[in-house]
This record gives sequence, structure tokens and C-alpha cells, in this order.
Amino acid sequence: MVKGATVKETALKERGSKAPAKETGVLIKDMRVSRSMRVFRVANLAFLLVVVFLTLYPFLNILAQSFSSEGFINAGQVNLFPMGFNIETYKLILADSTFWRNYGNTVLYTVVATAISMVLTTSFAYAIAKKDLKGRSAFIGIAVFTMFFNGGLIPNYVLISSLGLRDTLWAVVLPNAISVFNLLIMKSFFENMPRELEEAAAIDGLTQYGVLFKVVLPLSKAIVATMVLFYAVANWNSWFQAFLYLDKPELFPVTIYLRNMIAGVTTAGSAGGTTENMGQIAANIQSVTIILTVIPILCVYPFVQKYFFSGVMLGSVKE
Amino acid sequence: MAMRLEVPPESVPKDAEAGTGKPRNKPGGWKLAIKRDWRLYTLVLLPLAYFAVFRYLPMVGNVIAFRQFQPGGNIFGEKWVGLKYVTLFINDPSFWQAFQNTVILGVLTLLFCFPMPIIFALLLNELRSQKFKKLIQTVTYLPHFMSVVIIAGMILQNFSMTGTVNQIGQALFGTTVNFTQEAAWFRPMYISSEVWQTMGWGAILYLAALTRVDESLYEAARIDGANRWQQTWHVTLPAIRPTIITLLILNIGTFMAVGFEKILLIYNPLNYATSDVISTYLYRVGLESSNFSYAAAIGMFESVIGLTLILSANALSKRLAGTSLW
Repeated sequence: MVKGATVKETALKERGSKAPAKETGVLIKDMRVSRSMRVFRVANLAFLLVVVFLTLYPFLNILAQSFSSEGFINAGQVNLFPMGFNIETYKLILADSTFWRNYGNTVLYTVVATAISMVLTTSFAYAIAKKDLKGRSAFIGIAVFTMFFNGGLIPNYVLISSLGLRDTLWAVVLPNAISVFNLLIMKSFFENMPRELEEAAAIDGLTQYGVLFKVVLPLSKAIVATMVLFYAVANWNSWFQAFLYLDKPELFPVTIYLRNMIAGVTTAGSAGGTTENMGQIAANIQSVTIILTVIPILCVYPFVQKYFFSGVMLGSVKE
Repeated sequence: MAMRLEVPPESVPKDAEAGTGKPRNKPGGWKLAIKRDWRLYTLVLLPLAYFAVFRYLPMVGNVIAFRQFQPGGNIFGEKWVGLKYVTLFINDPSFWQAFQNTVILGVLTLLFCFPMPIIFALLLNELRSQKFKKLIQTVTYLPHFMSVVIIAGMILQNFSMTGTVNQIGQALFGTTVNFTQEAAWFRPMYISSEVWQTMGWGAILYLAALTRVDESLYEAARIDGANRWQQTWHVTLPAIRPTIITLLILNIGTFMAVGFEKILLIYNPLNYATSDVISTYLYRVGLESSNFSYAAAIGMFESVIGLTLILSANALSKRLAGTSLW
């Protein structure tokens, strides 16, 4: 809330101070500058649009390949548009029950992991945002230290294995349950809440739990939504935990389905193709899987992008 | 990424306890604190347990670097073997090759991936049309939200024998290169895709800092006869300097962790000579060959270097630039 106001204020200030500068800037010298400025602006816009194209290109290329037939892909003829239009591969993947099961797993892991992360992050952030909580700086220190030093791959692997979490959902959802980065964003949000509000609630006889659930959380919908998106996107995209700890294909998230395809573990053959055209069909089948995995992210992308931006701003403001 | 990682203790309002009349934060007042705030303490229990088990226990678990370990046995190992595994990896040429590759990729990342978002943000900031600015931002943030598996898939397809890069090469030079297999091409492939992935999103914090630059500074510079370039150099860049330094410290801190997951997905034995980094090497040694203690020793070495790097980068910037993370 506070942040939005200041941004608006600076924007107003800018507009206010720019206008007179333009009016007085009709000297001959300024005209010369503005001509080279105009050249620069056009070149700049052109350059940035090239950047936009280059950013989008790999996506468009994959999309084109996913609808192309293998002959054209293999001849290196597919770039922006599909060649030899073909939707057989889509049918093939969409008919693969493993693909759907893995997709379902991704949804399940994302929901469970995000729920756990939210409970842990919110409760910890709320407590450490209380500036008079005894032991607070120790709690913060415990969390922040893990940003800069971690146990490393092997001890983590040994731990998860010996806890008996292999081939369970918990191996995927627990190890990265709290992101300290997200925790600090939430903490600074809670810190910026007006104290009077909570004090008034306390006078009304609410306990600290009551204040949290009935006063603070209802006022924190924006930050909660942001955090849910942060965690959900991270979980949806994650693959490494599953790769390390899950051995049974029926437990894989869809990222592992895709990974195995890229690594050549799953070949077109096992996904339903014939053995002769295995190598040829690979690029096409990978593209189809990539497109099918990307779609949900693209659908939520507009919201995600907006919330991510405000979240990052919230976490980065140093004042 | 978070610039404010810690609130300095002096920022705690002095009048925090005004009005309540209760003694707060008296030394040794744990009993009182728990009596007053026990509900808050119950809230920290689960998260603390999480940190203890999933973050701090593995740190202690590093002890297996100095102890013999049997898979399925005690997670802290069976018996002390001293520096056996440390001397083992110090004399291992494959480790040093991975070390060298890590440093080279880290330096290249700093050289290319760190400045690009700054330049990009400055150019974006010069745009007058808010509509274009928004469009460009929306598109260039996109790779940030993609799973690394998808990114890896795209890299391998675009650099494949029939992919776009080779199509262009074929058209221009009449030759094709097996980019994904040849060691000499791994670094360009890795760095260019890294720039593609991080440039847009990396510009966010700079763009935010740019909106906070005081417009009157530009006016003053203009009155002094500064041209556009001089304004950028003397006003804009100093204004975003704290952001640049903070991100530089964080980048140096993660120097050793160069895109482990991405490399694991796109490398192969044919390009190990340039692609194998410490983290992928210890992954293979530890988890594919089950030399847990040996890999743990390498991992600990890596973590200690990472911590040292970030502490020294922070100390250096505190002394030289007056900006630091904590």
C-alpha cells in the first residue's frame, strides 16, 4: 500500500518537473540534440524489438516443430512456421496415460507443497515481524544464514533417504518448504502494517492468534496471493527433488516425463512410436511435450508477472 | 535478490512498548517473554523444526567428509578417517578440471550475464512509449517463469544439427556444427542461453531504482551543459549504483553454484572437458558412483568457497563503496 503511493508520487513529481523543462527547451542547441535523440530513440526501439523477437523465437520455434512432420524437422527446414502440418504427435502424447498421471502428480505436488510452504512461511514471518519478540534476531539469523551456506547435495540426499522419504510425496514437498527470500518479503510486509490496528484488536480482547487470523491475514490478501504464486510457480517448475528421490514412474511429475524424453531415456518408441522413426520423431515429440507443459504457465503468466513484480519490489526496497 | 536482508537493531522503535506498561525485552526475561508471547512462539516451532531438520542437519551431515560412510548406515558415518577424502580430491585431476570449468563459467557469467540487465534497463528507461515498454517487459520476463527442464529442451533443440542456429550457419557459411556435442561450443551455448534467460527479469530491480532517480538532478546536469550520454554517466549510473553493487555481491556469492541444474540437463560425456563443473562432478561421483564421503568432501569445499566469496565481496563493498548486504 505504502509502496504504491510513493511510486505514484514520484511519477507525479516527474511529470510535474518535466513539463516546464520541455517548454523552456526551445533553444537552437536543444533542437540539434533532439534530432540525434530522435535517431537514438528509433534505433533503441528497433533494437529492443529485436530483443523481443529473440526472446520469443525459441518458443515459436518449438511451437512450429510441434506441429511439423518429422521429415521437415530432420531436413532442418522448420523455423517459425510448421512444415508438413501434423497433429498426430499431439494425439499420441495426449493418449499416453503416463503423461496424464505425471501431469496430475505435478498438480498434486504443487498444491500440497504450496500449502505447506504458506503455513510455515506465514507463521514464521508473522512472528519474526514482531520487533519486541524475544529471540527474534536469533530466529532471523537462523533463517538468513541458510541463504549463504547449505549442507550440500550429498548430506541432503543421505538425510532424505535415511528418513525413509524416498518414493514419497514428502521428498518432493518438504526439503524446500521455506524460501528465505519469500520469508523476508513477508516479514517486511507484516512489519509495515500499522501497529495501532493490532493494538486495537488486542484491546478488543483478541489473542495473538485472533489478531493474526481475524485482522492481519484478511488485510494481507495481496501479499498472500503473491507468495502463493511464488511458491506455486517454483513447485510447478521443479524437477530436481523428484529426479533425486522418486524412482517409480507413476510418481513422477511432468517435468521428469519431459526430462526423460530430452535425455533420451524415454524414446518415441516407448511413448508409442515405431522403432524405425525413433530418432526422427524425437524433436517433434519433445516439442509437443514442451508445449503441453508450458500451456498452464502461459495461462497464469499475466497474473503471475504482475504479482511477481510487486513482490520483488516489496522485497527489494531499501529505505 | 532481497536487498534488505536484515533490519538493523537500532531501527526498532524506542517507544514500541509505550502505553502497554509491561516490561519488555529485559535481559533474562525469558519467562515473562514466553508468558506474554507463547502463542507467537508456537508459531515459530514448526518453521524452526523445518530449518533444523532440512537445513542444519545436512550441514552437520557434512561430517561424513571426514568419516567413512556406508549407504543405509549412520547418516553421520561409521568411523573417522581424517583428511583421507580431502587429499583424495586434491589429487584428482577430474576435480581440478571441474574446478577450472566452474571458475571459467562463473567469470563468463559475471562478464556477460551481469552487465546485460543494466544495459537493458537503461535502454528500456529511454523509451517514451509506455505501451512498448510494457510489452517488452512482459515478453522478456517470460523465460524466467519457465522450468529449467523446458529451457534445456529448447537449448538442445535450437542448437541441434537441424536446429535454428545450424540453419543460420548453413545459410551463411555453408557448414553445420554439432554444438551440443563439441566441447569447444559448450561455453558459448551455455552463456548465450543464460543471457537469453536472465536479461529481462534481471533488469527489474534496476528499472525500479531508475524510477526513483530525482528528476531535478537531470535538470541540473542539463543546465551545466551535460549531454544525454553525460547525464547517463553522471546522474543515472550513480543513482543505481547501490542496486548494482548489491546484485554484484549476490552474484559473486553464487559464483560457484553456476547453473547446476541446467548443466546437468544439457551436458554429456562428449563435452565434459568444458561442461563438467564442481556440482555436476560431485553429483556423478556421489550419486552415480555412490562415493558419498568423497563427494561430500568436494561439496563442503564448494560451500566454504561460496561462503568465503560472499563474505569477502560484502566486506570489500562495505569498505570501497559503503554499500553492503548487512
